[in-house]
Amino acid sequence: MSTKSKSIETKTDFNQDERLKKVSKLRLLLNRPELGALGGAILVFIFFGIVAGDTGMFSAYGVLNFLDVSANLGIIAIAAAMLMIGGEFDLSIGSMIGFAGICIAIPAIYWGWPLWMSIIFAFAMAVLVGYFNGILVVRTGLPSFIVTLAMLFILRGATLAITRLITGRTQVPGLRVLIEDDPLAWIFATDTFKWVFTWLGSMNLIALRTDGTPLATGIPPSVIWFIALAIITTWILMKTRYGNWIFASGGDKNGANNVGVPVGRVKISLFIGTAVAATIFATIQVLDAGSADTMRGTLKELEAIAAAVVGGCLLTGGYGSAIGAAFGALIFGTVSMGIFYTDVDTDWFKVFLGAMMLIAVIFNNYIRRKVTESK
Amino acid sequence: MSNYLVQFNNISKFFGKVIALKDVTMKLKKGEIMCLLGDNGAGKSTLIKTLAGVHRPDEGEIIVEGKKTIFDSPKDALDMGIATVYQDLALVSLMSVTRNFFMGREPMKGPPFFKTFDIDKANKIAAERMGQIGIDVRDPSQAVGTMSGGERQCLAISRAIYFGAKVLVLDEPTSALGVHQASVVLKYIVKAASQGLAVILITHNVHHAYPVGNSFTVLNRGKSLGTYEKKDISREKLLSMMAGGEELNKLEVELQEMNRSSTN
Repeated sequence: MSTKSKSIETKTDFNQDERLKKVSKLRLLLNRPELGALGGAILVFIFFGIVAGDTGMFSAYGVLNFLDVSANLGIIAIAAAMLMIGGEFDLSIGSMIGFAGICIAIPAIYWGWPLWMSIIFAFAMAVLVGYFNGILVVRTGLPSFIVTLAMLFILRGATLAITRLITGRTQVPGLRVLIEDDPLAWIFATDTFKWVFTWLGSMNLIALRTDGTPLATGIPPSVIWFIALAIITTWILMKTRYGNWIFASGGDKNGANNVGVPVGRVKISLFIGTAVAATIFATIQVLDAGSADTMRGTLKELEAIAAAVVGGCLLTGGYGSAIGAAFGALIFGTVSMGIFYTDVDTDWFKVFLGAMMLIAVIFNNYIRRKVTESK
Repeated sequence: MSNYLVQFNNISKFFGKVIALKDVTMKLKKGEIMCLLGDNGAGKSTLIKTLAGVHRPDEGEIIVEGKKTIFDSPKDALDMGIATVYQDLALVSLMSVTRNFFMGREPMKGPPFFKTFDIDKANKIAAERMGQIGIDVRDPSQAVGTMSGGERQCLAISRAIYFGAKVLVLDEPTSALGVHQASVVLKYIVKAASQGLAVILITHNVHHAYPVGNSFTVLNRGKSLGTYEKKDISREKLLSMMAGGEELNKLEVELQEMNRSSTN
């Protein structure tokens, strides 16, 4: 994407200082935050291309499968990345997913609300939770790590307690029948470009079921949301005033304040962003599964942060990219699905996730030193 | 009326029982560089914050272009054209030169509701402005972290001027710099003054202040020891006023007290 403005580009010797040695183009390219994740994604594809190239992983069905998993993670990873660039964390993303799920399911099933109203209700709650997180962090000056860790427990506990209180159990099924004819639900529940797959099927280019319909029926909604969010957030970061404020707020809170950046408002809006992203994630999954589960989204906050870090975000804020987080999510999604197509035990996935993150952090740390180092 | 651009008359500031500033007076004309000298603890920081609108003076008056004013906030001071460049410079080292230059005041383009950050225009202005100082930023998208301390200082000053400063308050602009870098910054300060700005240069380094200043105010323990035109005072006299003389005076007093207590 257009990250021209962030890059340290090739025209070196801008400075007359003769002690400054020329920097190679490769080194300068390495300074782009998303480059590591892009390289990692390419490596992952090459790896699975060799190991699992003939297993169906790269059939239309297989590709959509790992894209779907990547996209779901990507939706929250992008929001987490934006917040991290703004200098804060949100550990309550996973709990917000569970909470948003029951905010949709309980009104729709038990209170007889139309589905669209429940969805709007869930998003309204997300804005409230995000605002609350944000205002607490901004007003108290406490680390967002602690504030949102508290919110992680509060939301998960409340989700469980409320659901059991109202329904007597921890799952709320029965949503699938409500999706049809709902004026809003289709945005989160419709496969798109079906005609392409029907056509590909009719040409015998992709695998078919026994009844002649293609195995892969269309692009899942998560993928569309993921791509749209990646484009919009990258545009915001690179091309808008608000994007500049996000970098400034994360890079140096006091400095940004001194030159008139509304740091508090920026941070609060980013917290609202992560909560809303969690709700998009929840809505897609709840409508896809037809039921809400109180434990949905557990540990997703950490995967989102891991993807953002692999995508080049610094834990200290002020640096990173949304598109990098998208690549980070793509790496995790591809590996988590791809591992099924290999002989490797799937238990090893978490090991890979951890190792990947460790490498990314070391790499990012090195980059940060390079970028901030004065000569 | 007076031809002073800005006057700070008999400014006093108290924190509880502590007298941080007492009757400090400074008057600046256009194009003038006044150096405010003082050792650590002389009240420089309090004075800067008072000039910048962070503190409200408890006594005294501030007159900008002939009009008596009160700064309620740093923004008020800024709106009156008094821009303060603090030691931390308010620069984000991970961000590009352009993004720093326009941080918080980004030029926009496009129709309402779809306005975008006009990065091309911003790049052009930033490169142009830095070029005027003699810093050749061929690529304004380079991170500020790659610049030297002097260049960063110049960037912060240049930014303040671009956004309409009439009076520049510079807090220790050369303290963290080597000899060469410091001279680059000082040269730029003189250039800014020659374009009609008034500059208040706060420093504890007489050797940096003396060559560029038109007048010198020495601050000691919250009080002004007076303002001197350059022709009326030597570098050595200034130095002894702000540090050496004070130390010696103190020593003398202490010795006297010791004598007195021993005779008692």
